[in-house]
Amino acid sequence: MRFSLGKLTLPLYAVLAFIYLLIPIVYTFVFSFNNSLKTNLIWRGFTFDKWTNVCQREGVCEAFGNSVFIGLISTIFATGLGTMIAIALVRYRFKFRSSVNLLLFLPMATPEVVLGAGLASQFFNLGVQKGIWTIIIAHIMFCLSFVVVTVKARVASLDPALEEAGRDLYANPTQVFWKITFPLLLPGIASAALLSFALSFDDFIITNFNAGSDMTFPRYVYTAAARGVPAEANVIGCAVFALAILIVLATQINGEVKRRRLAKVH
Amino acid sequence: MAFAAFGSSNAPASAKPTRSGKVVIALLAPGLAYLGAFFLTPLFALIMVSLEVPDPNGGYAEYVPAFEIGNYFYVISEYLPHILRSFGYALAATVLALVISYPLAYFIGVKARPWPLLQKLMLTLVIAPFFISFLLRTLAWKQIFSNESWIVSTLHDIGLLGPTQYVVGTPFMVIFGLTYNFIPFMTLPLYTSLERLDLRYLEAGSDLYASPSKVFRKVTLPLSMPGIISGTLLTFIPIAGDYINASGDFLGSSSTSMIGNVIESNYLQINDYPSASALSVLLMGVILVLVSVYVKKSGTEDLL
Repeated sequence: MRFSLGKLTLPLYAVLAFIYLLIPIVYTFVFSFNNSLKTNLIWRGFTFDKWTNVCQREGVCEAFGNSVFIGLISTIFATGLGTMIAIALVRYRFKFRSSVNLLLFLPMATPEVVLGAGLASQFFNLGVQKGIWTIIIAHIMFCLSFVVVTVKARVASLDPALEEAGRDLYANPTQVFWKITFPLLLPGIASAALLSFALSFDDFIITNFNAGSDMTFPRYVYTAAARGVPAEANVIGCAVFALAILIVLATQINGEVKRRRLAKVH
Repeated sequence: MAFAAFGSSNAPASAKPTRSGKVVIALLAPGLAYLGAFFLTPLFALIMVSLEVPDPNGGYAEYVPAFEIGNYFYVISEYLPHILRSFGYALAATVLALVISYPLAYFIGVKARPWPLLQKLMLTLVIAPFFISFLLRTLAWKQIFSNESWIVSTLHDIGLLGPTQYVVGTPFMVIFGLTYNFIPFMTLPLYTSLERLDLRYLEAGSDLYASPSKVFRKVTLPLSMPGIISGTLLTFIPIAGDYINASGDFLGSSSTSMIGNVIESNYLQINDYPSASALSVLLMGVILVLVSVYVKKSGTEDLL
């Protein structure tokens, strides 16, 4: 193989691009160890204090707890509803298919301000008091389509022969679903649920339009941004980041191990 | 990866059309009803509010249903700079994201094919910014380019910035932030397209004596067009409606406010619901036009 500068350009470029993508993450990590006072703008020395006493800063942990609660409830509903739609889209032919596709795509294509203002107007018209539950309603709505996309990819890659085999062995439709289809779909459902939790946890714009006085973690950061965000917020952000990356890496390595084991069998 | 599914046009499975329409309805109804109630109806509510007029007998921020088309003329004339700025910034950031993403997506999707584990690792790095809070990563850039930062003092020293010029608060900084925050939405669909690129077409091109740049223009680029189109759509739309980056507390200043900033402040701060709603409807209208162009080109199956 010929060795040339041209061959190195692309890998080098990729490395630079990854550095660019990671800079703010590294910055946030570094400043979570800053021995800062109220704001976290200037480096004042290294400390573990913010990690060990993260809840001492008023409001941070409460906002974090609300975000986790909202994320969990929204994820359960969005994943359930979305998985059903995904199965229907891949496994069945029906009329109005393109309208269904469009209806699912539109929430993903609508800017968040529009979704937020629209839902807020509806709650206002109906006289609904805004609070945690209006946030959850909003989150289920915008997570739903993302769940469908993710699970749909998994359903499409399922070999229908497996279900046929089940039917040939006299399994009834319920058994086929719970013994064959569902277990095979589980990885797709799991990644949809993770995505949905991540979207819900990080959402600010739609939440801000539909929250009353309840704080979520992004709202806490936004409110604090005017005066300076305390290092404790960096701690929460980094802990969530680390957890998410660990989960993603674990699933990828697990998938790779399974793939290799299968390759050996065949 | 979940996001990679955006660009993919997974062909309907080979499963034979099955009987029961009842099952389909049972599977679809709850989710679609939910979207009807909390997505479609709110859009309708938004249109209604955008036509309301102030209540003649009411107090501050009280409005009554009406059919005041004039609200739209008012917001267009009043907020034209914000509207133009939004689409200008969105265009600039989308082009930047495309230019930055394409070589990266090409490297991951084509060059790294022999190493699937490396591919996955790089894809994880691409979406890594999604896992740190949107607001925190935007604030991180603000600090990195703050007036006291070494980057800005270096720029002052070498004379690239005048003594009273700074980076934060400028359109440049806002476009930079928008590009960074939405770049994975561009890289992933590009990757999905390029990953499926059949390398034999490229070989065929060079066998027929096409130069590498000609192979790229005539083969690679057209074959990755679905990824370019969906990536462009997926970055342009959220950028046009974003108000975090342009906000004065983050990367912008009052001279960089976009449509989103106006909608936010009119709706949540000064409670001028009709004008905020009219702007939202306008924004949605532009997006719908873009989406319909896309649907005409590639059909609805490619949307999901």
